Amino acid sequence: MADVKKIATRQSYGDALAALGDEFPIIVLDADLSKSTKTEVFKKKFPDRFINMGIAEANMMSTAAGLASCGKTVFASSFAMFAAGRAFEQVRNSICYPNLNVKIGATHAGISVGEDGATHQCLEDMGIMRTLPNMVIINPADDVEAKAAMRAACEHNGPVYLRFGRLGVPVIFDEATYKFEIGKGVVLSEGTDVTIVATGLMVEMALKAKELLANQGISAEIINIATIKPIDAELISKSATKTGAVVTCEEHNIIGGLGSAVAEVLVENAPVPMDRIGTRDVFGKSGTPAELFKDYGLTPEAIVESAKKVIAKK
Amino acid sequence: MKSNTALQLIAYKIRHHAVTAVYSAASGHPGGSLSIADILSVLYFDEMNVDPSNQKNPDRDRFVLSKGHCAPALYGALAEKGFFPVEDIKTFRKANSYLQGHPDMKGVPGVDMSTGSLGQGICTANGMALAAKLDNKDYRVYTILGDGELEEGQVWEAAMFAAHYKLDNLVAFVDFNGLQIDGDITQVMNPTPIDKKFEAFGWNVITIDAHNYDEIKSALAAAKTVKGKPTVVIAKSVKGKGVSYMENQAAWHGSAPNEEQYNQAASELEAKIKELEATL
Repeated sequence: MADVKKIATRQSYGDALAALGDEFPIIVLDADLSKSTKTEVFKKKFPDRFINMGIAEANMMSTAAGLASCGKTVFASSFAMFAAGRAFEQVRNSICYPNLNVKIGATHAGISVGEDGATHQCLEDMGIMRTLPNMVIINPADDVEAKAAMRAACEHNGPVYLRFGRLGVPVIFDEATYKFEIGKGVVLSEGTDVTIVATGLMVEMALKAKELLANQGISAEIINIATIKPIDAELISKSATKTGAVVTCEEHNIIGGLGSAVAEVLVENAPVPMDRIGTRDVFGKSGTPAELFKDYGLTPEAIVESAKKVIAKK
Repeated sequence: MKSNTALQLIAYKIRHHAVTAVYSAASGHPGGSLSIADILSVLYFDEMNVDPSNQKNPDRDRFVLSKGHCAPALYGALAEKGFFPVEDIKTFRKANSYLQGHPDMKGVPGVDMSTGSLGQGICTANGMALAAKLDNKDYRVYTILGDGELEEGQVWEAAMFAAHYKLDNLVAFVDFNGLQIDGDITQVMNPTPIDKKFEAFGWNVITIDAHNYDEIKSALAAAKTVKGKPTVVIAKSVKGKGVSYMENQAAWHGSAPNEEQYNQAASELEAKIKELEATL
């Protein structure tokens, strides 16, 4: 796997903005982080449609709403922590309540931010954003999915929260065959003993876990959920009914994100034993992403243990 | 151009609608609604290019009520302008009415932005003004802030932004009535001097009497001549203006009159309306 191409989804974000700018009336707002969020790629190509807001995320979200009310497709960019966290109420009242066409490009999500530590490692954003009516949430797994999600976000009229990472992650999908549809999950690999539902950079780890489980004679079904909201309840319920056990995997607090969303689906439609991989109601810390994944239990090995645990509960 | 008397007559009708709305709902914000009625009258009946028969015209002027709790006055102005029937005012804040407690752009004809959470309206107005600049359109954007609202930090992010991007197509009024829910603004959290703050942020600052039509009109005319800067009109107003017992009383910020109080308010406003009609 050493020669697998790695691209950070924040880079995919910047590249996709520049590519889609010819086709859509995109205006990009950024809060003094264009080099980090990669909106600088768009800025270079469309300098007149890039607006630096300075370090003022609350103002950015409400300004985005005003622009959108005048027909613009607005991408408001910052780190996930400040986009979803600091500006939550502006996102709620200025954007989601009037259902305006604002996309939030939230980069540097999760502990894979690494060395910056807890203040910048947003592990709550999917949970916070999921509570907002009208909001669509997409957490892409790789470069191919991120770019496809960007196009879907432009075609969707209404608020979309797009979650991107700082860390380079393996490109796991084939651009030629990959199809993205908002609200649709995808079975990446069929199995019979346990369903592993993963999102974002955990999808690649789930695929690795499948191989490890296969070595132990366990057949895992792997589902990629890029759209956290609206979640593909039908696909998840169907797979859970088939395998009888579910593990969720996300680079996010186990409270509020994918694990919660899947638990909500299962408890109403197909109650089966379930376990959640994610940070367990704790803050992050400084370290390399690899060290942090290990310390917080976000590894293929942890997924294997979790899978065996839920299978035993059947 | 409408005469000052004609505009004042409309303002008193707006006041009557506002008080009726709050009384019918048994809740709402009469004080700050009454203080902005004259400005709304000038904006909707003398200044802005808006047309109830072409509501979504992309070239129309925009208005954002940043102090969204004063929806009763905005609804009064929109009803008078013909955006919806005057009788609907009585459904304000009731379940199944489109006249929500705070302005809802999805449901209320003529409302350009949903507001209610203080500090956000002026930022959305900036976004609209910026959109006009980006599209080389000449529509203008107007907003009204409360003086207490200036305590929200987001207002000053917006103040920085509007000056930085030279939004000379934006006019922000500050309804400077001096009172907020908990009392005198200088006692609660002093935002003064308001003029010097905006000046320091790079705005064109005009101070007027919020109930003087010549001053409102000339401020709007002056704003159009200033290039490269947004204009703030600090409008010294009387909270509760036009209803004797509500004037300058913080207690009427967010409470509804009872039947007796409503009858008194209505008869005072109706007397003024009659008087103005007679002089037209």
